[in-house]
Amino acid sequence: MKHVYGWLLLTPAAILLVGFTHYPAAATLFDSLFSTGTVVRPSRFVGIGNYAALADDPIFWQVLGNNFWFALGTIPTSMTIAMLMAIWVNDRLPARALARMAYFTPTVLPMIAVANLWLFFYTPQIGLLDQINAALFNAPSHNWLGDPRTVLACTMVMVIWKEAGFFMIFYLAALQSLPPELEEAARMDGASRWYFFRRVTFPLLMPTTLFVLVNATINSFKLVDHLFILTKGGPDNASSLLLYYIYQVAFSFFDTAYASTLTVVLLLLLAGLALVQFQLIERRVHYR
Amino acid sequence: MTAAGRRAPLLETAAAWLLAVLWLSPLLYAFWAAFHPVAYATRFELFAPLTLENFARAWTYAPFPRHFLNTVMLVTMILAAQLVLCTLAGYAFARFDFAGRDVAFGLVLVQLLIMPEVLIVENYRIMSRLGLVDTILGIGLPYMASAFGIFLLRQTFKTVPRELEDAARVEGCSFLGVLWRVYVPLARPTYLAYGLVSVSYHWNNFLWPLVITNTVETRPLTVGLAIFGAPESGVDWGVISAGTIMAVAPLLVAFLLFQRQFMQSFMQAGIK
Repeated sequence: MKHVYGWLLLTPAAILLVGFTHYPAAATLFDSLFSTGTVVRPSRFVGIGNYAALADDPIFWQVLGNNFWFALGTIPTSMTIAMLMAIWVNDRLPARALARMAYFTPTVLPMIAVANLWLFFYTPQIGLLDQINAALFNAPSHNWLGDPRTVLACTMVMVIWKEAGFFMIFYLAALQSLPPELEEAARMDGASRWYFFRRVTFPLLMPTTLFVLVNATINSFKLVDHLFILTKGGPDNASSLLLYYIYQVAFSFFDTAYASTLTVVLLLLLAGLALVQFQLIERRVHYR
Repeated sequence: MTAAGRRAPLLETAAAWLLAVLWLSPLLYAFWAAFHPVAYATRFELFAPLTLENFARAWTYAPFPRHFLNTVMLVTMILAAQLVLCTLAGYAFARFDFAGRDVAFGLVLVQLLIMPEVLIVENYRIMSRLGLVDTILGIGLPYMASAFGIFLLRQTFKTVPRELEDAARVEGCSFLGVLWRVYVPLARPTYLAYGLVSVSYHWNNFLWPLVITNTVETRPLTVGLAIFGAPESGVDWGVISAGTIMAVAPLLVAFLLFQRQFMQSFMQAGIK
């Protein structure tokens, strides 16, 4: 009976999970082996043809590179800021609840709203950044989002602002689980605040750092909403990311087979990261 | 959160506060732009005239009431379905030793990694076959069986002492009765944490709703806001700020009221 009851309870969720996660994942792989069908030319088996096209697609390599720089530019910086925030909020800072609130607020806002607000900072001439630049440095106007050299960095600054507060709460929880005797002992030995951080706090936060790092990397592949507002991936794909490119290929260029091929790459990247994550959990180095 | 830690040195206190002000400033600026005429958008004068004009114009430029209604319906529908489905599945995994349980659980966890927004291409095709393109049900359906919810409830149900279940059985409860009378009430904090995360996630979710909707009747706030805020719409900053503030206001107010609960729930969601 327990077999029947067990499966009966599971069935409604299982149908939806198979229907919208497992089946589409498998279908993505299947479709990536076929050409995109049109009215005059039906879809046909092309084997690894789409993958060959992918290897020759400069935009694919560009967005993959952008994903790499985007992760490298946002994750270490926001984690460093997050650690600082957590240490400060954990100390007896005056009105620390208010500071904690300030740090965390960007996390609860939708990326679309955040991009709407930041768009104004980056607008040439009338935007806040240009106005400040003109007032302080007498610098000429700069098209921050229109210049391939600055656009990715602009989106990174915004994402760091949005994510740091989220990472802060993990560090905060880890700090609160550290025994207070450590700090008392260090103070009695006359250790400086910096020395204590470098030799005690930072190493003890290492499991949290690893845990946040892997999760943040996985998450960075899903952060594309801001592109719809700020840049549409441009100029010349300078700010585009893999998932945004998939969206464009599927819903602007209507090449679903190629979009499936790109999705397979994304799934493989995510699976690889999941293996790393699994290793970490196995070794129990993550925060509990 | 405890009062551990010592008092920070003055320099660090100043830095902490500077960072807090810096972190709040984009939002504070949005409020400034929304409540002042365009002429004062970048002129920060203490006695600049205040106005609600921007809000009135934002409200009429875009069908905000409709977007609000859609988002509320979407969020409510998803949460209700998630609570039912995840409770049943979590109970099955926690308390029934059925054949293939561990494999099934592993397959459930796959969704933690492959969220529906990664599979937009295939899921769009499935929805068009089901005739659910441009429906609120179509936006919500892929999220209803949530691996995170199943996992969270399984963990919680596993901590419930077996004796409580046995006692309820003796009293004549069926296995669903036990779930409803014993397990669900004991898991209330988990439900609250999960509910907060789910509502915030779907209030803010954008990519999949954008893909699957194409009319005002179904578009949630985020999609409406993206169309409204696009530079080519030619709306000025005050109005965009006002619209953005309106869209985030319910969640922002909820966060300000229940900060601690929000942070704890988000943390649980992150740790999994």
